[in-house]
Amino acid sequence: MVKLTIDGQPVEVEDGTTVYNAAKELEIEIPTLCYSDYLEPYAGCRLCTVKIEDGNGGYLATSCSLEATDGMAVVTDDEDVRHARKMVLELLLAKCPTVETLQELGAEYGIDKSRFEPPPKPEPEGEEDEGVIEAKEDRCILCGLCTRICEQRVEAYAISMAERGGDSFVTPPYEQPSPDCIACGACASICPTGSAKVYDRFNREIIHPELTLASNSAVRFATKQAVPNVPTVHHEDCIHFHQMENGDGLDACRICEEACPKECIDLDSEDELVEAEVGAIIVATGFETFDPTPIKEYGYGRLPNVITSLEFELMCRADGMTEGNVYMENGEKPGSIAIIHCVGSRDRNYHTYCSRVCCMYSLKFAHLIKEKSEADVFQFYIDMRSPGKDYEEFYDRLLEEGVIFVRGRGAEVTDIAERPEEDGKLIVQCEDTLVGSFRRIPVDMVVLSVALSPAADADATRRVFSIGCGGEGFFKERHPKLAPVSTTTDGVFISGACQGPKDIPDSVAQGSAAAAQALSLIDRGKVEIEPITASIDEDVCSGCKLCISLCPYTAIEFDEEKEISVVNTVLCKGCGTCAGACPSGAANQRHFKDKQLLSQIEGVLA
Amino acid sequence: MNDRFEPKIVAFLCKWCSSAGSDLAGVSRMQYPANVVPITVMCSGGVSPLYIFSAFKRGADGVLVSGCHPGDCHYIKGNLYARRRLALVKELLEHVGLEPERFQMSWVSAAEGAKYTELIKDFVDTLRPLGPQAKLRRRV
Repeated sequence: MVKLTIDGQPVEVEDGTTVYNAAKELEIEIPTLCYSDYLEPYAGCRLCTVKIEDGNGGYLATSCSLEATDGMAVVTDDEDVRHARKMVLELLLAKCPTVETLQELGAEYGIDKSRFEPPPKPEPEGEEDEGVIEAKEDRCILCGLCTRICEQRVEAYAISMAERGGDSFVTPPYEQPSPDCIACGACASICPTGSAKVYDRFNREIIHPELTLASNSAVRFATKQAVPNVPTVHHEDCIHFHQMENGDGLDACRICEEACPKECIDLDSEDELVEAEVGAIIVATGFETFDPTPIKEYGYGRLPNVITSLEFELMCRADGMTEGNVYMENGEKPGSIAIIHCVGSRDRNYHTYCSRVCCMYSLKFAHLIKEKSEADVFQFYIDMRSPGKDYEEFYDRLLEEGVIFVRGRGAEVTDIAERPEEDGKLIVQCEDTLVGSFRRIPVDMVVLSVALSPAADADATRRVFSIGCGGEGFFKERHPKLAPVSTTTDGVFISGACQGPKDIPDSVAQGSAAAAQALSLIDRGKVEIEPITASIDEDVCSGCKLCISLCPYTAIEFDEEKEISVVNTVLCKGCGTCAGACPSGAANQRHFKDKQLLSQIEGVLA
Repeated sequence: MNDRFEPKIVAFLCKWCSSAGSDLAGVSRMQYPANVVPITVMCSGGVSPLYIFSAFKRGADGVLVSGCHPGDCHYIKGNLYARRRLALVKELLEHVGLEPERFQMSWVSAAEGAKYTELIKDFVDTLRPLGPQAKLRRRV
């Protein structure tokens, strides 16, 4: 440990600490433009100059690169220091008079106007095309943050300083686009003056937030309302992983690891398979929203401003990209919006079932639109389905809010105008079954209330757990009334939209029920098994393994020693598939043995 | 009228769907021919070809196997196994010279009492013109 005093205050720091960081411990602020916690000190801007007392008037040194020593006495703010910093600022302002950070610091140090002339600029070559190449103002203060982060952290070595002294500038090699650049945007994000920018090969500035270390960097929150509300490292955007995979295994960046005070980030951790012994499993794998692209008549993906309900929901979100405002693709606010119900549900071509939640969320959308704007809202519905607590009341309220309900399935969305008022609009065609006529309603935007579909991998999931599923692909409960969260596999429960379309209150209720069932099963400490199970006669079994491949519950195992199949009666549900298939008659079902069945047949035909 | 041939049908019904469907037909007082004797099994997948041949051997004029609708099996996929296996049985019966109409498979859910009665009516109507089954009947 090293003891020193800074501005008269004693402080104890570890060996090797710089004066700048020692001052930070005492919360003494020293101005700097080129220092970063994550880079080697460079002492490039000279603003962090302090005075070291040596009993002989002292000497000036840059605090960011000066190691603290025992008994050192440092002065961070006196006449000499301010004079030195003022000179540095004047020189920087002469080079970059437009940089706001410098102007602010200059004002602090009492600089009205720099005494120095800016260095001469080379004449621009030829005439500049308007809008393509802007006249470049010099904002680079040569702090070297960009070149250092590129070298030390990204390890791409794509930019460096060229020339010397006053002619220095930051550039890729030979002022050509560098093949070593990975377009990570680290240089642009660390630049204190906004001088470093990333352009693509068409000279367009890359402003994708995912390509920079800005607020939407590789370490980010899924949404502001995410549960649990913790950030995750996004592999595909992360400099470390990019360099690991595409940069010959370079161990780059790791700034996030150093930045986290709780050391929560470990970039070396890998996906792992966790084996857990559990007493019960609750399957809550959810649903997918229906993709309306196959319904060509609605024009999703073909016509502008035809969006799905989920996209609309994202747009309405206060922390979303539009900050909760509804915009059309041209950036204007829509004057009228059509909401088409039952897209993909109650439709023989796609899903015959009712998705249950669409009516209510469509009403919610209408309410949100009415709340935020003056837009007209048209609801195209087959039947309004609003069963549920307070749902019908909400529907009534919407009727009063002036939402227009058109009873009739939207037949087609088209942009071909037949009348002058339809020009430039989307036209929803439908049969209004209450009016009894065909209608063409021009609107600015169409929201498709898409169905809730079973998850694409639901079939694979149900195979893992040996649970049944209905014709549409939703998991099947053991009994619709008496065992609504149990499945045909004991100890496996289902809840939520994987069992069938349902809204949030229902999902929560079912999830709670499944949790209670799972707990009561675990708490009992024992399980009841089926009285009717299969058995395999050891003496008769030929070991053909046919039953093993057929068993829907994987309840039959092969005894390698005896070379016969053996039934695990805990797993067996007694369906008798093995008994029906056994070519040697070894497999039999208790209470439904061949002998019993044959006697029954004989009896009924006697 | 009394001389009319009354075929004997053995029906293997799965416990969860078809048997419940026949129960529903019963408790709903639906009328259907008394020619059918049901045998409840746990799953149509457990119906061995042995039972079918045995029924014919003992003088059944027709055999019906009925289970849950495909995809709705209580035991996940027993009815699909039944469908595959019994299609072969049907071919085999045809091969030995039995009229293929004498063996039927169908899917009746627990809610389809009416479908069950229709099924039995149709089956009886199909079997009547065929007359007694003598091909596989064991001579006593």
